[in-house]
Amino acid sequence: MKQHILPAIRLTLVLMILCVGIYSLLLSGFARLTPEKGHGEKITDGNGRSYYANIGQRFDTAIYFNSRPSAVAYNAAGSGGSNKGPNNPEYLKEVQQRVEDFKQKNPGTLIPADMVTASGSGLDPDISVAAANAQVVRIAAARKLSQQAVQQLVNKSIDRPFFGPQKINVLKLNIGLDQLSH
Amino acid sequence: MNTEILGIIVMFVLTLLLSLPLGRYMAKVYGNERTFLDPVFNPLERLLFKCSGINPYKEQNWKQQLVALLIINLIWFFLGMFILLNQSWLPLNPDHNPNQTPDQAFNTAISFLVNCNLQHYSGETGVSYFSQLYLMFLQFVTAATGMAAAVAVFYAFRKGTHQTLGNFYNAFVKSITRILLPISIIIGVILILNHTPMTFEGKQQMITLQGDTTYVSTGPVAAFVPIKHLGTNGGGFFGANSAHPLENVNYITNMTQMIAQMLIPFAMVFAFGQFINRRKLGWTIWCVMTVGFLILCIPNIIMEMNGNPNITAMGVSPALGAMEGKEVRFGTPSSAYWSIATTVISTGSINSMHSSYMPLSGMNMLLAMMTNCFYGGCGVGILNYFVFIILAVFVSGLMVGRTPEFLGKKIEAREMKIAMIVALLHPLLILAGTALAAALPSQTASTLANPGFHGFSEMLYEYTSSAANNGSGFEGLGDNTPWWNISTGFVLILSRYLPIIGPVAIAGILSAKKYIPESAGTLKTDTATFGFMVFAVIVIVAALSFFPALTLGPIAEYFGMG
Repeated sequence: MKQHILPAIRLTLVLMILCVGIYSLLLSGFARLTPEKGHGEKITDGNGRSYYANIGQRFDTAIYFNSRPSAVAYNAAGSGGSNKGPNNPEYLKEVQQRVEDFKQKNPGTLIPADMVTASGSGLDPDISVAAANAQVVRIAAARKLSQQAVQQLVNKSIDRPFFGPQKINVLKLNIGLDQLSH
Repeated sequence: MNTEILGIIVMFVLTLLLSLPLGRYMAKVYGNERTFLDPVFNPLERLLFKCSGINPYKEQNWKQQLVALLIINLIWFFLGMFILLNQSWLPLNPDHNPNQTPDQAFNTAISFLVNCNLQHYSGETGVSYFSQLYLMFLQFVTAATGMAAAVAVFYAFRKGTHQTLGNFYNAFVKSITRILLPISIIIGVILILNHTPMTFEGKQQMITLQGDTTYVSTGPVAAFVPIKHLGTNGGGFFGANSAHPLENVNYITNMTQMIAQMLIPFAMVFAFGQFINRRKLGWTIWCVMTVGFLILCIPNIIMEMNGNPNITAMGVSPALGAMEGKEVRFGTPSSAYWSIATTVISTGSINSMHSSYMPLSGMNMLLAMMTNCFYGGCGVGILNYFVFIILAVFVSGLMVGRTPEFLGKKIEAREMKIAMIVALLHPLLILAGTALAAALPSQTASTLANPGFHGFSEMLYEYTSSAANNGSGFEGLGDNTPWWNISTGFVLILSRYLPIIGPVAIAGILSAKKYIPESAGTLKTDTATFGFMVFAVIVIVAALSFFPALTLGPIAEYFGMG
């Protein structure tokens, strides 16, 4: 018994140096070499303000493509989903309300599921292509742009990865929209 | 949709292709054979062993191995308690997060110590960077602990009669230096190249395009996430785990993390076959595990892609599937794939919120953790499977009227007793825990996020996840209360150490027995028939004992759907 305690403490200490110290320093050092220096991807808008590209933002006004509902109100110092079960009556009432709101804002279009459900992180930076298409008419009217121009912007913004679903980064789309309006 | 299904198939095939050479490499490492990385690692390991005063070549029997394992684990526990209770004044706390309460620190320390990572806190506010780094350390060493325990079992089935099973420290340290650390560095580099943050700065202020002021949590994420998956730990850096867009940035990082968590459980099976020179046995085990995995995984993908009928009835398009709790960049198919991969393996990281899945998808996740041996956690998965092999050998021995033998060793009453205790401990902890929680509404009723059957499922899931050392949750549960912290803490301890002690003890006892060469009368354990036999035992022992509890939870919820 006793002959194990001291070696175990010493082994713990040297492994901490290796697995925490050296390992973290190696990766930090590598991150410094990248253009973003380990801070995560940033994008800049026309006014020179920069944003985290992958942190979703609250967009709920008529002149911007709206982002998904969020269980944490897009507070990026926290994160999380609603965790509501698929049959929870209160939850379904909430979704029904979102459906009504979406219909009112975007009459006559398809209602994509991502626009009436909260994401897992509450910080989802993306919406589906269908969700962007459904908002084109509203945006064009609110911004006094032609539907064609807005639709072109949407088409241009679609991210088509080799694997996985097609998607659109809402922030990039909305920055593009601001530039289009100028 | 096709690129999404293709993505899943590529993930699975890549995992298999990478795990084959890794398994061969691991067998060599544990057999102390020469590998091409010796010039780097030999001096490093000599230094580590010299600094800690350990002779890695001193042979140990199974009892000595277990004592060494338990003592070093105990030291990590005390250290963890100290750090979590004092993190507010310890260094690397730029966001000024407070100390954890004693019951929460107990739960956090235990759950990281046992490779579970239940996390009754949120990473952004509940721990400092210093604590995160210590938890990351535990993610390395607990994975290596499981692997070293599995290696002790490998040693027991070399041909011949042996009193000793190698050296615990040797297998443990080599698991870190030669397997976990190098692969983690490769994964870390991939994550950084895909924009995962790696910084020690605190929250950053950001004014959004629409004009809101918000603060963005970042941190040394790219160091934390690789070992979280590779070691099948699963503890998230952020509260939302791998659903968080900085923890899991895009589909490439999603594939990387998915492959990382399945890699060692796959490779461990192949390493076993290679190590004892019975590769066909390795493949048989892998095939049975894969059948179990697919039976649970494919229905989940289909159910989630079909969407929530309650929401479709409101006129919402079902084309994207059930999107509550899921991220657009992953989509429903790969989220559903992850939901089963992370539960059959004891990772418990999530890229979507399990509580919001369809009722029967939730049931499949529960079943995955209840069986707990289709691939299973780092090292411990194969130990759990080993217990079922012992049971299956015994049952088939009785059926054909032969002495039960496994790999030339007679299985007798003592080994059977240990195997039965380990196999029955799992349902006992889950069902007794859930029953207690349901019988004490004063402690638990206010913590549930959903009414009715789903609320029951939340409690069942919490104990199942604890007993399987998984760590995922139906996260609506308000689990940071003394009741949940302490009750799951004890479930975690029992369900980690007894399933390690049991199989290692069986292996030690078998190892010392006389080796009986194979003859015409030997029960062949590397055939499809025997594979089916093990599968049947798993279904009967593991799955059926949970059927009544599942009926009260997800099955009742399914039939109650409008």
